[in-house]
Amino acid sequence: MPQTPPVTFEKDITRDLLSPLFQTGKKYYFMLAFLIAVALYVVGVWGYQLYAGIGVVGKNRPSFWGFYITSFVFWIGISHAGTLISAILRVVQAEWRRPITRCAEAITTFALICGSLFPIIHLGRAWKFMWFVPYPNSRYLWPNFQSPLMWDFMAINTYLTGSVTYLYLPMIPDLALVRDKSTGWRRSVYSVLALGWRGTEREWLRLEKAISIMAILIIPVAVSVHTIVSWDFAMTIMPMWHSTIFGPYFVTGAIFSGIAALLLAMTVIRKTLHLEKYLLPVHFDNLGKLLLTMSLLWFYFTFAEYMTTWYGNEAAEMPVFWAKVSGPYAPLFWAMVVCNFIIPFPILAIRRLRTIGGMAVASLFILVGMWLERFLIIVPTLINPYLPYNYGFYRPSWVEVSIALGTFGIFTLLYFLFIKFSPIISVWEIEEGRHLAEAGASHEPAVGASLSNHVSAHLPGNV
Amino acid sequence: MPQWGMTIDLDRCTGCEACVVACHAENNIPTVGDEQAARGRAQHWIRIERYFEGEFPDVRAKFRPVLCQQCDAAPCEPVCPVNATYHSPEGLNVQVYNRCVGTRFCANNCPYTVRFFTWFDPEWPSPLDEQLNPDVSIRTSGIMEKCTFCVQRIRRARDTAKDEERDLQDGDVQPACAQACPAQAIVFGDLSDPDSKVSRLANSRRGFRLLEELGTRPRVIYLKEAGE
Repeated sequence: MPQTPPVTFEKDITRDLLSPLFQTGKKYYFMLAFLIAVALYVVGVWGYQLYAGIGVVGKNRPSFWGFYITSFVFWIGISHAGTLISAILRVVQAEWRRPITRCAEAITTFALICGSLFPIIHLGRAWKFMWFVPYPNSRYLWPNFQSPLMWDFMAINTYLTGSVTYLYLPMIPDLALVRDKSTGWRRSVYSVLALGWRGTEREWLRLEKAISIMAILIIPVAVSVHTIVSWDFAMTIMPMWHSTIFGPYFVTGAIFSGIAALLLAMTVIRKTLHLEKYLLPVHFDNLGKLLLTMSLLWFYFTFAEYMTTWYGNEAAEMPVFWAKVSGPYAPLFWAMVVCNFIIPFPILAIRRLRTIGGMAVASLFILVGMWLERFLIIVPTLINPYLPYNYGFYRPSWVEVSIALGTFGIFTLLYFLFIKFSPIISVWEIEEGRHLAEAGASHEPAVGASLSNHVSAHLPGNV
Repeated sequence: MPQWGMTIDLDRCTGCEACVVACHAENNIPTVGDEQAARGRAQHWIRIERYFEGEFPDVRAKFRPVLCQQCDAAPCEPVCPVNATYHSPEGLNVQVYNRCVGTRFCANNCPYTVRFFTWFDPEWPSPLDEQLNPDVSIRTSGIMEKCTFCVQRIRRARDTAKDEERDLQDGDVQPACAQACPAQAIVFGDLSDPDSKVSRLANSRRGFRLLEELGTRPRVIYLKEAGE
């Protein structure tokens, strides 16, 4: 090995990025108490639903699905922010990914947790949800592997497992760092979590390899998850659900809303944790351009979908089409177009408007718009079935509204706790980036070797 | 093995809804009350769809009794994640109440909108609870239900035939709706027996199936109104 002088973690990086773990202000506890109250409220409302019967929701015949499935699709969509974006940026070795990856991956994990609650909350008999699990039993009763809901169950479990692994792997060196900086019970907890990381050359090489394998594996998994979610609709024969473009349409929408969520989270984190030195305008700007691309793609898909439906003029589809475009759902439909395209497009396309604040506003609109999009895909089809005698209407009950809104609180709560658990910006990856930048483009060493030489030398615990 | 099927003669149907009442009594279908009914939760395994044709004063009301069409290629079956709905060898589209977890996916994929969800535990104020049919299970909150072609009557008829040491004959099985229909518009029987009444009617030139273009292959055959 060529001998290179050991580089130490710069004091300020460690201090800046680790300080939220060790210092907690009054404001944090106040917010935490509020978020826990929200979470308890959601649990309470769900308990009421279980006790009183699923009838306390606003669903009916023919609108058998409503806010719960909308929220499910929405949250699974948000989950595409993290893992997918982080994985793509890692695979193409985009340097600007470094401060973004961890807060993106955390969004994935927590959004998936929120999203996967909904199919269970939505069940008529939620206490039987384990019948989705293919476990051996004396009656040879298996789940139905033909059902798109079964594929959902499999895909989401795979994605959750993969995402947690993918979040955890790059966290190991940072967990070791926290271990070595802390004392008492915290030290013992982090000792376990750091898996005995010592920062040897071999460990770095293996970690680097494991991260690249996961980054490549997780991309097809992420794409498949939202494709399968879209198949909950596309596999049916219902008007305006049975559409071949739903797979890519949903994946596009998912990445679209995911980036918006990521931008919003980054804005908040940057402000509240004072990370202006790490989350630079260039990071926001790059993500903003990505968001612009997705907004255009979303518009293209939406246009293609509605244009072909309208031109095809099929008897069963037209009532659904008109219900959305000029009927009872027209205000929501046009609000969706405004939120997803009319407002974000100029903000993101004009450089002068593409500021951090501007993009946060655009992202907020996009999140509202994408929620509406999911709702408008689900409900208008259901209330306009084939036989006109059965046309209906859907109005959510307070139970559904509480739980749908409450999961935003649960998501924020998980994120809040995570900020205290791990540095929200990967310390070692920032450090690695800085080193690579210093090494310059003249001679580029293999990533693994450079890491083992430099980062391992200074990581606490390496003797 | 019999292949159960039904014909409904629209020429005979007067829209009196006797079939609806008979079905409620036979299958322990609860009445949900006006408030729930207004929210779209009324349960009628068979219903009379009423459509109007023409402009006032030349208006004609058309009646169409609609129940589960017991499709041979039923869209509701493959989508159930726990196999709570499946196809019996006799062509019935069977709903297993005990197995249903209430995803309501089946109801969403039914083009005839004939599946009903039990939103609350049913209640029968006394003494109505004493008239429940002991052959039919009560469905609790959170599960899907629908027309069974009166499967309990099919079973009973088969048992009776066995006791009398004979084969099932045409007319042995009559669902509640067919039995109650004063105009005898509804005929039930074995479609695999070419001599059965239902087979002969099903082959009538007036015969058609609901939303035939979807390819669901229903077991309920409607007979068009002829005298126009």
